[in-house]
Order: sequence, then structure tokens, then C-alpha cells
Amino acid sequence: MTPAPLRIPTMPAPRTRSGVAVRLGREVVLFASLFRGDKWAWIWSYLFHVSLLLVLIQHLRYVLVPVPQWLVLESPFGSYAAFVLLISLAGLLGRRLMIARVRFVTAPSDYLMLALLLVIASTGALMRFVDRANIVGFKAFIQGLMALQLKPLPLSPLILVHVASVAGLMVIFPFSKLMHAPGVFFSPTRNQVDSSRLEAQGAGDVTVGDAEERPPAHAPAMREGVR
Amino acid sequence: MSDIEVPVLQDYVPTPELHPGAMSHLKPFKASPEHQAALGFPGTLVDDWKEVAIRRLGELVDGSRALRVYLDSCVKCGACTDKCHYFLGTGDPRNMPVARQDLLRGVYRRYYTWVGRYLPWLVGATDLTEEVLNFWYSYYHQCSQCRRCSVFCPFGIDTAEVSMAAREILDSVGVGQKYCNEILGKVHKIGNNLGLPEPALRNTVEGLEEDVKEATGVDVRFPVDVVGAEVLLITPSADFFAEPHIDGLIGYAKVFHQAGISWTLSSQASEAANFAMFIGSREQMQKVAQRVRDAALALKVKRIVVGECGHAWRVAYAFWGTLIGPLDFLDPRYPRPQHICEVTEGLIARGALKLDMSANDDKVVTFHDSCNVARATRMGDRPGGQFTVPRSVIRSVCAHYVDMDPATIGDRTFCCGGGGGLLTDDLIELRVKGALPRLQALNAVVEDKKVTHMAAICAICKTQFSKVLPYYGLPREMVVSVHQLVGDAIVLGAKE
Repeated sequence: MTPAPLRIPTMPAPRTRSGVAVRLGREVVLFASLFRGDKWAWIWSYLFHVSLLLVLIQHLRYVLVPVPQWLVLESPFGSYAAFVLLISLAGLLGRRLMIARVRFVTAPSDYLMLALLLVIASTGALMRFVDRANIVGFKAFIQGLMALQLKPLPLSPLILVHVASVAGLMVIFPFSKLMHAPGVFFSPTRNQVDSSRLEAQGAGDVTVGDAEERPPAHAPAMREGVR
Repeated sequence: MSDIEVPVLQDYVPTPELHPGAMSHLKPFKASPEHQAALGFPGTLVDDWKEVAIRRLGELVDGSRALRVYLDSCVKCGACTDKCHYFLGTGDPRNMPVARQDLLRGVYRRYYTWVGRYLPWLVGATDLTEEVLNFWYSYYHQCSQCRRCSVFCPFGIDTAEVSMAAREILDSVGVGQKYCNEILGKVHKIGNNLGLPEPALRNTVEGLEEDVKEATGVDVRFPVDVVGAEVLLITPSADFFAEPHIDGLIGYAKVFHQAGISWTLSSQASEAANFAMFIGSREQMQKVAQRVRDAALALKVKRIVVGECGHAWRVAYAFWGTLIGPLDFLDPRYPRPQHICEVTEGLIARGALKLDMSANDDKVVTFHDSCNVARATRMGDRPGGQFTVPRSVIRSVCAHYVDMDPATIGDRTFCCGGGGGLLTDDLIELRVKGALPRLQALNAVVEDKKVTHMAAICAICKTQFSKVLPYYGLPREMVVSVHQLVGDAIVLGAKE
């Protein structure tokens, strides 16, 4: 672990570890800083992450046997989140292209990442709503993988593109901007406690002024109220 | 007044159109070989600068989790792009925080990441060339390390950390900035930024004693090197000679005098400022800070109090523990270190100071949150005390107080435009343009609320405002020290 010798939390920072947990929670769950910084970026990225989460939960159907009741209840949300996912990706791409400031700092990899996610989301949505995939066969394939057996993958162009793109995304994950996911937990401006100075002991009152009355050090001749 | 195209103050600060290269001509004066040698840096650009720079970058990344995480985590969301006062004032896209970071990030990616090595075009990785080095020198000296961008970043990426690292690399290859490095040399040699030797310091404070005596009839002392005093005051040396800083120093002296707290300055550590933070050198920062610990031990003081200086308070509050701590030889009943505003607020709360608010009745005052105080420190015992404590002090001595637009104060405060080692005349164009967002908010309360004065607790802010206010048609006398307001209101000699 790389050292972090200096205390650099962005103030006001919490004074306790539990306070830091709350601060990080607000960043991870609510994107609190981004909300203060850029409302449109917050809207698009928030919709994207929430709908991605719902869609990912939906994919647990391929993994869990039997499918639990809560997952059945989540299914409609997980299905229709696909449209939110597509719209938010379009929004993220749109602001990258339309806002000159953001376009200036965008690298080819940023566009390609959005393109890859659009491919994954649109092929997934097509298989769910237009050209229904053989999900029973696909579930058998996944169950086989989990038992370390190679079961036949139902062959359709959509499934192949979808699965290959997801596999590609997983491969580049550790080398890409997707590493921002763990990054926030290691960010000293957000995860450090405000505890760098030795605080006042005992009295509990940090600014208790002079501890005892004493005559002034240099005992100047006091003269009333002359300004 | 230089011939600069001064931005026009409007009702708000519009996000400017992009003007690529608008500020690429601006570079601070380079440090001479003598300035560099005094700090142990190469005097001129070394022959193998490229290898040295790349190696130093790797060392810095390995030595700082902050730098590593910040170079790795950016997703180019753009939330920071319109948050920098220098971008808002110049329109140069390389003054957008993320673009400024990218000047270093591109090189880091090229030499230290897998994708950058094999597919540089894909992730904006760039070779380290002479052109890139010049970009670094120009644009990393157009960052005041104010950290406003870090407030809005979803990952808390702090451009100041990147800018400090870049300056450290530049120094290590022999390209230093004259302003900071010359000043650091003076601190090592003489003990303060001004190069004010002990006799001159004593002479200066004796003059102040005479001035106060003449104005008030009371003997208020400004002690130097008094062994056994309770408080060691560490204050920026601008407080000894510059306006409006001096009036703040007089204010501190009146507070100590009235409260009966014995205090002293140290001729060895007659400087709170620590410009080593600006150049990103932890080693230099430790050396400069060590003088304070040594002085406190030599003078056998029980408390260390820091005067009105923004980055000095950051170094004291946040870094002293790492650099020279723990300060466990000091009196545990007080915060170690303590800010002068905390001292004054405590005394006022206890009724230890008799105040006559009418002294400031001719003023309508607002307060400028200095970046390093606002975003890197605390006062009092609750988060956010750095905002409430100074305001509480001002309200105790001023009947008429108003705040500027909430979007421009507190942790969202706009930099004065002169911080981070940029307070030098060779960068005046940047300083004038960078002051735009703060002065727009000030001008709004001048017009709507009849504000006459802006109080500040940072020596750099005070100097910067005194210099740039006239460019915008505002009187330079508007800016005052918080402790000038306090000092004017203290009724001397009226002990309860």
C-alpha cells in the first residue's frame, strides 16, 4: 500500500472514523460531491449506475437456483431499467460531444468505453424485448460454467456479441477508467479523519482563553479607555 | 498598473468560451542557479532531464497514495472544468483542473501504465518532450493549489497534489521558480521570507510599540525572544511591514495585552509561511517547520499560536503533526497549535476583552474565506469551525456584517487569485484575471449591501487584494485584517 503521510482531507471533514464511513457512503450511494459540482453530469451518471445495478441484479437469474422470490419481484425493474441504461448512456455521450469543456478533456478511450457499454446494453435490451434469447439454454450454459463444465452456448449473433463485449469489458476493467470504482475508497481527501492536531484536553472547550487571570506580562501602566 | 485586459465585473461570472493557448505565453521568472543551489536543486536544466523527471515522477507516485489515486481515478466527467478561478478568468482550457492534471497524467500513463506504454493514443498518453516540460512550467504555475476543484470531484481528486508534484519534478531537473525558491533561501538563511534579520525585526516592532503608544497612550508590547513566555506567536512576516497586515499584528498584540497573556515572537522563526508546500517539497517543508519546534523548545513556551496566514495554518494544523510532531511538550489544555482567531473568540466568549463595537460603525464588513483555512483546516472543536469562528470574531466587533453569495464562500470559496506561490509581479496578468470570481461576488455585495470592507485572515490574500482591487475600480483599502477590526474595537486598559 502506497503511504499517505500527510493529512489532506477536504474540509470540513468528519472527526471520527464512523463519520468518514458516512462521508464515503454519501459519495458511493448518492455521488454527493458530483451533485454539488454538476447537476447534469450527476443526473446522467446516477441514472446510468442505478439502472446498471438493477440490470445486473436481474442477471442473477442465470446464477441462482431456484430463483428467489425477491428476484422475481425485482424482474420488471431490472427489465425496464434497460431503457434508462440506454438513455443515460446516450446522455453521457451527448454531453461529451456537445459541451466543449468536456470534449476538450475526452480521450478516445472515453468514447470507446461508452460505445462498448452501448453495445452491451442495446444487445441485452434487444434480447429481452425484441428477439427473445434462449434464456433457458443460456442459464444451462452458465450453470455448467459454475460447475466447471462446458455446456453448449445457445448460438445467436446477439448472444455472441453481448457475451463477448461483457468479457471484453471485464478484461480491460483493471487497466481502464473503470478503476474509479475502488478509487474513491482510497482517496485521502475523502477517507481521512480530521484528527491531525492535538486537541485541547480536559476542559472540552477548545477555546477556553487564558487559563488563569494574571497581571499582564509587562505590567504596562494601565490608563482607562484611551483609544 | 500593467497593461492587462481586465475582465468586466457582471452580475455573475459566465463560464467562458474556450480560448486554447490564451495563457500559454505566461511563465514566472526562473530561479537562478544560486536560488536553486540553496535548496539543493540543480542550478540549470540537467543534461539527462528526461530520465531524471520520469524517475522522480515514479518516486513521487510511489511515495504518495494521494498522487497515485488521483492520477489513476479520473473519469473525465468534467465536473471540475468550470470550478477554477483561473479558467473562469482566462478561458484557457488548460486551466481547467482536469486538463491541468492531464499534462502530468499523460506522461505518467506513458511511462508507468500498461495501456499508455502500448496504446498511448487511446488514453491520451504523451511522451515527455521539451514542449511538455514547458507546458508544465507554464500551467503548473497557473494553479494556486486552492483545492476548490477537489470539493466537486466525485473522487475528491485534488489538483493541488498534482501541481505540487509537477513543481517538485521541475525543481529536480533544474527548472525552479524564482519567487518561491528565492524566498525559501531567505528563510533558511535569515529566518523569514523577507530576509528581515533580528536587529531589523526588533527595530520594526519597537516602532510598532511607539505607534500604538502614540495612538492609544498605552504601552502594548511586541516581545521578541522572551524565554518563558506562555505563547509563541508564529505569524507571516508580511505582518511586520505590509498594509493591511500590520494592523492585524497590532490587533493580536492588543488581544494578548488585554487578556494578560504573556507572549513572544521568535527571531529564529519569525515566519509562519512555509513556501515549501507550494513547491511540493516535503523535505523543505519539514526543514522550514522544524524552526518552529526548535524555537518553541528554546523559548520554553507553553502554547503556539499562529497568526493570520492561510497556507501557514494549513501546514501548522494539518502537517505539523507529521513533520515536527507531536507537540506534546505544550500545555494540553489548549489546542496544539492554536489559531489566533480561536484565542480571540475564546477570550470574547469569556468576557475577557472589553469591546467597543462603535469603533467599526463606519464599516459594512464582509469576510473572505481563504482557501487553505476553508478547505484544509478547522478552528474550534466542530467541523466547519473554520467558517464560524472568524465570523463570530468579526460580528463581536462589527455591527454591520454581511456574507457574499453562498456559492462563493465556505468550502466553495473562490481563491483570491494570488495563492500557491503565484504572488509575484511576473504573474500579474494571471493574478488580475484569476481574481475575477471573488471580486464579482464582492462587487455584488458592495452594490447591493453597501459593503465597504472585506476582512481576510491570510497574508497572501491581503497582499493580492491590495494589488488587484484597483484594476477593477475598487479601492485597495477595502481589504482589512480581521484583527485590525478587533484591535480597533478593544478598549485598552479597561480590565473588569
